[in-house]
Amino acid sequence: MATDTAETTEGARDRSVSHYLANHLRDYGMVLALIAIMAFFQFTTNGTLLRPVNITNLFLQNSYIIIMALGMLLVIVAGHIDLSVGSVVGFVGALAAVMMVEWGWSIYLTIPACLLVGILIGAAQGYWIAYWRIPSFIVTLAGMLVFRGASLWLLEGQSVGPFPREFQALSTGFIPDLLPFIKDMFGFERMNGFAVVTGIVIAGLIIWMGLQSRARNRAYGMVAEPMVFFVVRNLLVAGAIVFVSYKLATFRGLPNVLITMGILTIVYAFLTESTTLGRRVYALGGNEKAAKLSGIRTERLTFLTFVNMGMLAALAGLIFAARLNTATPKAGVSFELDVIAAVFIGGASMSGGVGKIIGAVVGAFIMGVMNNGMSIMGIGIDYQQVIKGLVLLAAVIFDVYNKNKQS
Amino acid sequence: MKPLLEMRSITKTFPGVKALNAVSLTVMEGEIHALVGENGAGKSTLMKVLSGVYPAGSYEGEIHYDGRLAQFSGIRQSEAVGIIIIHQELALVPLLSIAENLFIGNECASRGKVDWHETFQRTEALLKKVGLSEAPGTLVDRIGVGKQQLVEIAKALSKDVRLLILDEPTSALSEKDSQKLLDLLIELKAQGVTSIIISHKLNEVRSIADRVTVIRDGATISTLDARGAEITEDRIIRDMVGRDMAQRFPARESNPGDVLMEVRDWNVWHPEHTERQVIRNAGLNVRAGEVVGIAGLMGSGRTELAMSIFGKSYGRRISGEVLIEGSPVDVSTVDRAIAAGLAYVTEDRKKLGLVLDETIQRNITLANLPKVSNYGVISEAQEIRIAEGYRKAINIRTPGVFQKVVNLSGGNQQKVVLSKWLFADPRVLILDEPTRGIDVGAKYEIYGIINQLVADGRGVLMISSELPELLGMCDRIYVMNEGALVGELSAADASQERIMSFIVRS
Repeated sequence: MATDTAETTEGARDRSVSHYLANHLRDYGMVLALIAIMAFFQFTTNGTLLRPVNITNLFLQNSYIIIMALGMLLVIVAGHIDLSVGSVVGFVGALAAVMMVEWGWSIYLTIPACLLVGILIGAAQGYWIAYWRIPSFIVTLAGMLVFRGASLWLLEGQSVGPFPREFQALSTGFIPDLLPFIKDMFGFERMNGFAVVTGIVIAGLIIWMGLQSRARNRAYGMVAEPMVFFVVRNLLVAGAIVFVSYKLATFRGLPNVLITMGILTIVYAFLTESTTLGRRVYALGGNEKAAKLSGIRTERLTFLTFVNMGMLAALAGLIFAARLNTATPKAGVSFELDVIAAVFIGGASMSGGVGKIIGAVVGAFIMGVMNNGMSIMGIGIDYQQVIKGLVLLAAVIFDVYNKNKQS
Repeated sequence: MKPLLEMRSITKTFPGVKALNAVSLTVMEGEIHALVGENGAGKSTLMKVLSGVYPAGSYEGEIHYDGRLAQFSGIRQSEAVGIIIIHQELALVPLLSIAENLFIGNECASRGKVDWHETFQRTEALLKKVGLSEAPGTLVDRIGVGKQQLVEIAKALSKDVRLLILDEPTSALSEKDSQKLLDLLIELKAQGVTSIIISHKLNEVRSIADRVTVIRDGATISTLDARGAEITEDRIIRDMVGRDMAQRFPARESNPGDVLMEVRDWNVWHPEHTERQVIRNAGLNVRAGEVVGIAGLMGSGRTELAMSIFGKSYGRRISGEVLIEGSPVDVSTVDRAIAAGLAYVTEDRKKLGLVLDETIQRNITLANLPKVSNYGVISEAQEIRIAEGYRKAINIRTPGVFQKVVNLSGGNQQKVVLSKWLFADPRVLILDEPTRGIDVGAKYEIYGIINQLVADGRGVLMISSELPELLGMCDRIYVMNEGALVGELSAADASQERIMSFIVRS
């Protein structure tokens, strides 16, 4: 009798673990895919991928894609698409160049002005989409052409640069070592103590917050993640953060842009998961009519997601221009495709209502690591594009397959 | 005269519901046979079984057509033997021409190339047959509903129809167009076409049908010969509605207070067909602690009335006044209507009521997020507590509030929608078909919730197509027909016969 009960609870636990895994396969699968891809390139590039200088590069190269992916996630969750972001990156970069180089504006005037222009661009497009119900595909396709043309016009077909040092710091600057004594304490020759300490603190915070939410979920009878998964996942994430911060520390420390990106990611993750605003965007994308009949002002909300997207695209435009130290008419070409791909690889649904900020960020890193790794390996741009396309397709097929299996 | 069609004890079950229970229907060759019954009685299901929408094997019983056992696996097979069904919602492609629509899927073509000459010629011949004088190249979009109906019939004729089934063919037509259509049916009968006509309009039924079959609650009640003297409208109405109402509704002490909500001179026009008035001068009131019903057929404008009041969610050129406790309130957007104390539980909970891929908890709080948040930040703990409270209080059968609502049964989904609106704390709830598609047990529970609502001093305006439900629940019933409130009955005066006669005779 006693063994029977023991067996059934054991069986139930096995079932619940496999059940949990089946339900969250997507979340884990994506992180595992990122790890697998990184391991693959680490091996094939003979360790170049995870060298401090290359890790730094990975962040610098992908920061603007990730920043835009945050906004694009909201747009896609709301059930829309924005094809214009690549052109907006180019346009805002060009505008910043004209302001600083030709008009001699200071960066403290240029940056807010450019962000404002981004907001206005988003508002102009969002207005037609939200209040006139013109399909976002059409409006932003038009925007894509308009702002590409406008940046050509602004730059008169030329490259404009270079920029003041302080503007470049937006992208290529690093946080100086605020804790220089640590290096001496542990006898390192070259290590940014601040970077390492930041990494350790963040890793600690993540574990602490994980434990908190786990306790809360348990208290409310939510289906909790099996302990094994929780421990492994948190150790992996915390380990990865400490590892990366150490690697960065042995190069030049934390890039400014990593801080910008990190803070924005946290802000948007909070916005989507814990605020009424975020909740309403999901409801809007999940069932617009039901959302509207629940008193949600769906038009205004759609409008705001595009305003937000415009602002983030402008920020990405500034960062990209700062990184190249010049504005070119070709800047940002086809960025929209990378951004959209990142969001879909990250598990968002084309029909809206589904997707997570963290997924979009991981998706962007998957694309970024593949770009970077294949370039180091010397694979031609031709094959690179084919492979990236297939990865995008595979990720979405995996999603659809999973969904069909569940229902 | 021999029977063309014999459906023998057809039984069709859906998960949890027996839609048809041993229904039999015999249609003689060359007659016009009327099929009548309340909404949800099973008429459409029976026709779907006949036409192969529900393929052979998915139902029990036998269909004999033209003397042979028929086992259709799809519409194409039933059409091949001449059974053509014309649905209430016309199946024409609006931006194609009449000629293109007539031969869609059945084009006059050789090796994939359409022969337009033949198409137009045959179209002209068919249009002549149904008495429609329009050029074959006219877009279907450009002709009225009455003419579209004729195009549908011409389309049926192009397929060599032997048994023509019309589902509520005149519900959207004017008097004149209706008469034209009925004349056409009689003409087709003379040419040997057998018809089944589903209709609510008993005067039409009496004027053209040879025989009438009444269906109620998924069973055949009677087949009457309309050519003899035995048939009267009263007889048909009695057969349509006569069922016992013992103990299907929880008891409630009726104790209406002051007028809570009043609607005055409410007029609404159709959002697309701008010349069509959908609601005409409607006026009604709901008292505190009162359940008020709106009876009427599908398409009578009940849902349109409710949705236009609730944040102008339907229609154009809306005029009129809504008063809560005697003072006019602004209901021009949904959030303002909610703020004014209204709630509307939609008829179509999947499309309009729920975000299906979200959890129970998130659906329940959706209409009142500020109440579970501080400065826009949601307190999930509070949210869960509230959702759990409703889960227990109104018995949503699910292990937890983290279930996605898509996985719940219809009854439990409806309870989630009700919870959402209870949490929004309205003064007046408009319930649109609150028990559609849910089982008897869950219905009883929902009636209990409604009684609880009015016991708390709220008002309930309930739209329902099930007359027994209205009679069992309401203190007062308005009868609606063709966009106007055509009658008002107190609980004591109301009966199914009286309501039906308001509808069919107005």
